[in-house]
Amino acid sequence: MKARVFVTLKSGVLDPQGKAIHHALEGLGFSGVKDVRAGKLIELDLADGTEDSAIEDMCRKLLANTVIENFRIERQG
Amino acid sequence: MKSAVVVFPGSNCDRDLAVAFEQVSGAKPAMVWHRDTELPDGVDMIGVPGGFSYGDYLRSGAMAARSPVMRAVAAAAARGVPVLGICNGFQILTEAGLLPGALMRNSGLSFVCRPAELRVENSQSLFTSRYAKGETITIPVAHHDGNYQADPDTLARLEGEGRVAFRYSGEVNGSAHSIAGILNEAGNVLGMMPHPERAAEEAHGNIDGRRLFEGLFELVGA
Repeated sequence: MKARVFVTLKSGVLDPQGKAIHHALEGLGFSGVKDVRAGKLIELDLADGTEDSAIEDMCRKLLANTVIENFRIERQG
Repeated sequence: MKSAVVVFPGSNCDRDLAVAFEQVSGAKPAMVWHRDTELPDGVDMIGVPGGFSYGDYLRSGAMAARSPVMRAVAAAAARGVPVLGICNGFQILTEAGLLPGALMRNSGLSFVCRPAELRVENSQSLFTSRYAKGETITIPVAHHDGNYQADPDTLARLEGEGRVAFRYSGEVNGSAHSIAGILNEAGNVLGMMPHPERAAEEAHGNIDGRRLFEGLFELVGA
């Protein structure tokens, strides 16, 4: 069983990397980009039957820093 | 006096910190490996050094904060043992929950490596007793993730309780309230991005950092 964990910065937290990507896109001539936020995707290969609560626990204890980041879990299959 | 310096894979300021501890206290600190589950008996000072523990994987300090030795460091901190985290050590202490907030990528995105002017904001702590409040000192910084951020309530609490130990005089990395170093609630844990151990002897060309160690070891009873 696989799960994907998306880790993103909380809204309101400044994202210098997103800002730099935004500037680079503008530099390449892409107009109409209003904002860019960068995050992480973590793919987990898990034992079948792993509970949602266990994945959430992994996110809270390690995968995301909940001071500045949110996480979203997407189970696959 | 028994001091200890924690060493992670990727630490690179552990030796400098150990030298500063030894020069000021006269005793060599124990070097404690990240896999150790215990600190030396009766340890009364712990240093968490700078570097790039675990290659900064996931987030700076994230892996080190979950290593076995950090459980022992947290237990010692809870007993009141002073813990000094410098640079990556500061990142590790926030990731371990021993200090609030988080250290994010510098706002300018560049690694910043230069002497930085700091204002001493609290001269009443274990770590800052040899400084005068409002004094400006120069301590080198060398970091990529030194942009201190916390929610508004936490920032207000840090300011209101006098827990901002050092503040940058100019713009360095985008830190909220220009915070360079903070204390925990009990006052026995200090995290700071600048490197006082790199300004601790005449050969460094600057000894503004030495008084941090002198004050600390004096108050702990070295």
